[in-house]
Amino acid sequence: MSDLQPSSEKMTRPVPAPAVTIESKPFFDAAAEGKFLIKRCTACGEAHWYPRSMCPHCHSDQTVWEESKGEGVVYSFSILRKSPTGPFALAYVTLAEGPNVLTNIVDIAPNDLKIGLAVKVKLQPTDGGPPVPVFVPV
Amino acid sequence: MSIKGQAYLMGAYEHPTRDAPDKTTAQLHAESAKGALDDAGLSFDDVDGYFCAGDAPGFGAMSMIDYMGLKNVRHMDTTETGGSSYILHVAHAAQAIAAGKCKVALITLAGRPRNGGNRPGASMAGGGKATGLSDGAPEAGFESIYGGSTHNTYGMCAMRHMHEYGTTSEQLAWIKVAASHHAQWNEHAFLKNVVTVEDVVNSRMISDPLHLLDCCVVTDGGGALVVVSPEIAKSLNRPKVKLLGAGEAPKVQQGGKLDLTYSGAVWSGPRAFAEAGVTPADIKYASIYDSFTITVLMQIEDLGFCKKGEGGKFVADGNLISGVGKLPFNTDGGGLCNNHPTNRGGITKVIEAVRQLRGEAHPKVQVPNCDLAIAHGTGGSLGVRHGAATLILEREA
Repeated sequence: MSDLQPSSEKMTRPVPAPAVTIESKPFFDAAAEGKFLIKRCTACGEAHWYPRSMCPHCHSDQTVWEESKGEGVVYSFSILRKSPTGPFALAYVTLAEGPNVLTNIVDIAPNDLKIGLAVKVKLQPTDGGPPVPVFVPV
Repeated sequence: MSIKGQAYLMGAYEHPTRDAPDKTTAQLHAESAKGALDDAGLSFDDVDGYFCAGDAPGFGAMSMIDYMGLKNVRHMDTTETGGSSYILHVAHAAQAIAAGKCKVALITLAGRPRNGGNRPGASMAGGGKATGLSDGAPEAGFESIYGGSTHNTYGMCAMRHMHEYGTTSEQLAWIKVAASHHAQWNEHAFLKNVVTVEDVVNSRMISDPLHLLDCCVVTDGGGALVVVSPEIAKSLNRPKVKLLGAGEAPKVQQGGKLDLTYSGAVWSGPRAFAEAGVTPADIKYASIYDSFTITVLMQIEDLGFCKKGEGGKFVADGNLISGVGKLPFNTDGGGLCNNHPTNRGGITKVIEAVRQLRGEAHPKVQVPNCDLAIAHGTGGSLGVRHGAATLILEREA
């Protein structure tokens, strides 16, 4: 097989600035202060992702922001071997609080990335926007 | 059949806002939905039909179904006729209810033109009143920035399927092999060369674990279908392909409770089979959306052709090759070899099923006595959010 990149080289990915809405602004404002927030519903008690005003589980509008530990495990991933910025890993991370989060795993060599790997959040700066959550090995 | 007296308007709600600087369009859709459901004395979980038009942010009906956490939708309609859309949706909802396709239809509209919010057809990315804020797809800021494409989102499905069920790249490769065996007889096929399992697994890795030959082709093209009443069908001098059943379903992120090992076919398939009154064992030919090999494998499991997790074994050793295996699939070569016009393979799935039922497929791939076929598709992304649709079709003697 002809892999494009030596598998020992750690992957990075410059993430573009996110589209921020009036609903997601508190999340990205907190990210700028180094906090990774999720939303939890005080009616049913469940956390959800992506954060929104109405709980997608029980439809209550009693949702509140909560600081997440930012710890989780890789649920699945795929390494796109060719991109303008080099190979990168798209992944879902299952947060300790429950929800799965779509993200990039960075600072890791392709060969070291496995389902079940413990990872933690890293708020990565973007060009012209607030930082966004990516995940790195623990 | 007429819709006269077949449906009732039991909930109606007008959002009180006239200037909403502090809410998103998605939020206004959801609040309006809640108001109308409350008015009717129903809940979001009662909704099994969802209707929206171009003002709904995001991907068709899928983004709002996801945002609102609708869990039981089995009928969707995003017909767009401008401001009249919602009046038309009432009529379409009545048709769907009369046909037994849903019982509780939710129709929503919302927007924020006073705050620079989205207007159908205009850029969804524009900021409102120089706030710099977007009002587009509610998920965009948490998803599109991560470089998700079809390759890597489907790759994540394959990776998880392999992890949970031991599915192998060689098993996935058999799907491409089968498609290539069919495509060699199709004079219009984009790829006509027959490939082997080794060819597939030794082709360049695109997005782990999907190789170049696990991917569909990129082609220009088009297609069209004509669906007619029984009376018109009788008057026409063509073999009659009768629709026996149909099912549809969205599969969304469920607030983060996602499971990448199955597709919306787990809902659309049983609905179509139940309406048709047949089972997967009765199917002689299957058109299965093949954006990637993994797409086929998961849908074959989800439609009930084999047990969950056993798709790898099922597709191996030529089981999908016409004249060789138990389930001849995509005998035109499918999206994997023949055609994937404008990156949408749904219509070509129906077209080849019609050819098979008419007995007009290429003689080398024509299934003998093909009287019952399935055409199934998954649109959007298997790994993020998608819509599934299933048709059961019969040749009428």
